[in-house]
Amino acid sequence: MAGAEGDDSLYPIAVLIDELRNEDVQLRLNSIKKLSTIALALGVERTRTELLPFLTDTIYDEDEVLLALAEQLGSFTVLVGGPEFVHNLLPPLESLATVEETVVRDKAVESLRKISQEHSPVDLEVHFVPLVKRLASGDWFTSRTSACGLFSVCYPRVSSTVKAEIRQHFRTLCSDDTPMVRRAAASKLGEFAKVLELDYVKSDIIPLFTALASDEQDSVRLLAVEAGVSIATLLPQEDLEALVMPTLRQAAEDKSWRVRYMVADKFSELQKAVGPEITKTDLVPAFQNLLKDCEAEVRAAAANKVKVFCENLPEDSRETIIMTHILPCVKELVSDTNQHVKSALASVIMGLSTILGKDNTVEHLLPLFLVQLKDECPEVRLNIISNLDCVNEVIGIRQLSQSLLPAIVELAEDAKWRVRLAIIEYMPLLAGQLGVEFFDEKLNSLCMAWLIDHVFAIREAATCNLMKLVEKFGAEWAQNTIVPKVLGMANDSNYLHRMTTLFCINALSGVCGQEITTKHMLPVVLKMSTDQVANVRFNVARCLQKIGPVLDSSALQAEVKPVLEKLATDQDMDVKYFALEAISGTFPFISLTFET
Amino acid sequence: MLSPVLCSDLAALEPEYTEADVISTVEFNQTGEFLATGDKGGRVVIFQREPQGEYNVYSTFQSHEPEFDYLKSLEIEEKINKIRWLPPHNPAHFLLTTNDKTVKLWKVSERDKRAEGYNLRDEEGRLKDLSTITTLQVPVLRPMDLLVEASPRRVFANAHAYHINSISVNSDCETYLSADDLRINLWHLNITDRSFNIVDLKPENMEDLSEVITVAEFHPHHCHLLAFSSSTGTTRLCDMRARALCDQHAKLFEEAVDPSRRSFFSEIVSSVSDVKFSHSGRYLLTRDYLTVKVWDLNMENKPLETYQVHDYLRTKLCSLYESDCIFDKFECAWNGTDSVIMTGAYNNYFRMFDRASLRDVTLEASREVCKRRAVLQPRRVCVGKKRKETDVSVDSLDFRKKILHTAWHPKENIIAIAASNNLYIFQDRMAPNGHHNTPEIQSAPPK
Repeated sequence: MAGAEGDDSLYPIAVLIDELRNEDVQLRLNSIKKLSTIALALGVERTRTELLPFLTDTIYDEDEVLLALAEQLGSFTVLVGGPEFVHNLLPPLESLATVEETVVRDKAVESLRKISQEHSPVDLEVHFVPLVKRLASGDWFTSRTSACGLFSVCYPRVSSTVKAEIRQHFRTLCSDDTPMVRRAAASKLGEFAKVLELDYVKSDIIPLFTALASDEQDSVRLLAVEAGVSIATLLPQEDLEALVMPTLRQAAEDKSWRVRYMVADKFSELQKAVGPEITKTDLVPAFQNLLKDCEAEVRAAAANKVKVFCENLPEDSRETIIMTHILPCVKELVSDTNQHVKSALASVIMGLSTILGKDNTVEHLLPLFLVQLKDECPEVRLNIISNLDCVNEVIGIRQLSQSLLPAIVELAEDAKWRVRLAIIEYMPLLAGQLGVEFFDEKLNSLCMAWLIDHVFAIREAATCNLMKLVEKFGAEWAQNTIVPKVLGMANDSNYLHRMTTLFCINALSGVCGQEITTKHMLPVVLKMSTDQVANVRFNVARCLQKIGPVLDSSALQAEVKPVLEKLATDQDMDVKYFALEAISGTFPFISLTFET
Repeated sequence: MLSPVLCSDLAALEPEYTEADVISTVEFNQTGEFLATGDKGGRVVIFQREPQGEYNVYSTFQSHEPEFDYLKSLEIEEKINKIRWLPPHNPAHFLLTTNDKTVKLWKVSERDKRAEGYNLRDEEGRLKDLSTITTLQVPVLRPMDLLVEASPRRVFANAHAYHINSISVNSDCETYLSADDLRINLWHLNITDRSFNIVDLKPENMEDLSEVITVAEFHPHHCHLLAFSSSTGTTRLCDMRARALCDQHAKLFEEAVDPSRRSFFSEIVSSVSDVKFSHSGRYLLTRDYLTVKVWDLNMENKPLETYQVHDYLRTKLCSLYESDCIFDKFECAWNGTDSVIMTGAYNNYFRMFDRASLRDVTLEASREVCKRRAVLQPRRVCVGKKRKETDVSVDSLDFRKKILHTAWHPKENIIAIAASNNLYIFQDRMAPNGHHNTPEIQSAPPK
């Protein structure tokens, strides 16, 4: 009996183990994902001696399987017998750290970093550090790149002799022959610097940083920029000027636009790292240059940072710097030749108003907003409109409304439906800022016009927009302004417009409440049940199901039920189907007697 | 002296080869240990060099299949236009192959172990009696016969509206370019759904079209430099550091044509059919219909050296135009030390030029020589009367037999020549293995 019981519990595990080598990738993947179950069944001893050696050699598999394996092994410590035995996990992870697929290698490194913390200091030196050294001096660049990510996790926990060796290995990798390894080293330089003693940062890291930042390959140089930012945060203020700034200045003027782009992209981090004094003396002119760069990609990246840069300027001189140094550049960017630059600027420029205050905004920024609102590129206009809330807080939106309206109208009628869709999505926000009167006067007609757009996505968004507007302005407003118009469309000669009425009712019934729905909407829906177009009829059925919960039970029984029953005998298959569906959804206690 | 080490006849069993067997590209890997060929049937054959020096078939796989573009109602041929090896990553080998539209990254790897031991089945696959299973068995790996597998790793599709003519791997080892008639795109090797357009020659109005891109190649060391040539006979060098879009070139290599010698064929024969950077990165080798030229990157206005490949055809351009031969795209190659250049010609001849001694030689790739394993003898094409028994008259050249694709081992004097469905590999027997010296090129016999 005991044996038979054993078989029963073994069987599912046996299947899992066999499927580790199934021909179907999906089954192998499933098995790997349940590796912990297998290990649990085998016990710690057999996991160490049989399962792990097998896994170490299965690196032939598909990437997704290897990825899952690399991830699993990161949390396998308990299953091999706890921290005491954690080093048994190193061989399979080592072989995974050398495969060609970057995602797998990265995951293996991540798991290695994780389990490194579970090594005792002794095990770290006896097992983990030798692995790092093997990877660092491997024949293939794949293993050397993986090594770069492992130095920083073992450095703090090893003896000073081993520390010296680790630093030496890192130095070697920074001057590796292959650019891939130098890139990996450059990207881990900042992280490694953080765990080093300050003296070594100055004596070891700074020369490496300088060398990588002047590498012959710009793909390496650009990664050094980010490392520079991290290093700058580690050094005392008085050392920055001598040790880091010359290199960073050089990067900001690099011949390669990709390096300058990186500087622009990391500018706010850089600003925080170097502090207010260097910001004033160095970063302001550098930022001006980036805003005027000859490459549009760089200007766009810098333009994106305008607001954050200005926000983080030292308070005592913020306004002066913005007004005398930054704003002139921004003014030029407003009429840039490249639309990406303009739209990047448009997405942040409104934020300047909170920094500069009411008077400056009216005098200096407002003209720029107005220019951008009239820009030929719809994305620029959209970005301005989508950030109106910042200006609203400072000067109120009325100042802008004169120019805002034509811009909105133009976007609302743009030939590209995606542009129209984008502006619809901002409507509820605009309505909230502009207030109900302005809205009724100027924008209401636009919102109704979208309901009869020839693109379905626009009609659908317009429907949803109405619902959000009612949420803002209330049911009474809805009853007076939009409900009559929506219901009027029920008599339209175009069946698509008639269906729009139904879709609007679907969306509005909930927010309008029972009274409006029962009194005004329901009669229209019921009347449409005799529409000659089948699509309208089955949408009536769907609509009735949708608004059912809003209606009271007497209306349901007296009015809805007979109509649905009639639709359930419709000659059109789809109408019948949706009517039956609606009946079973709305009246769950009625058995379906119409099926014949 | 060159003698054959391999004459691979890919259609040896059939006397008549089919169009699909015609080799369309030849490329050595970085070490020269492997050689890949692609053919019109979309197949890739990889040869490995044995310790004795012979190249044997290592792996064969179908890289591209014929496809149909339903939107444009166009057939997409499976023909392999170019193959480029990636720098070695790990024990496996990686290569990019392309047809007219789609670039693929292939991995060729070896497997010598196999898992054994199932719980529920025996090794023949029969289900075991469940009651006999009392313990769990973990599979173990056992050695097996070496198996070479080729697996597609990435497919880079849908980025080219025109036919891809070149691919080139950047020295940063993470990007590569693909060029079609009008545009050059830059790809990251790990990203297949996005590429950046770095050169675009397409005019607003296609009627203003005056030139097409014929070849593009990255500089061997500087990751920011690329060269591309056009049908008008110019080669442009672009610096990717300067701008994201490289429509404006950094340098333009063009030789002024004497207006008095202009003819109807001038532009056609000046169209550049191949561009190769020298291994040193200092020079550019360009091939047009009648010549190969060596350019110094520092001198744009004229080539450093010009070699006539088959000047005797200058009087035959009219008939070559009628037979479309004038549009043949010959490739060219440098030897490992940049001292000798090689390019193909008609009648299964290929030419080598020694840059230092200015000596040149015409050799023939033929099956007879291969069978005898003899040393290649120089050939001479003569215009008019034959001076020697072995001379060949221009009029008897076979223009259907052309050597378009050639490759030179990166370090040694081993060359690979594709002539229709045949691949010839010749080796300099005088040179000891691994020793760098220029091949002995015998000058043409005295007149």
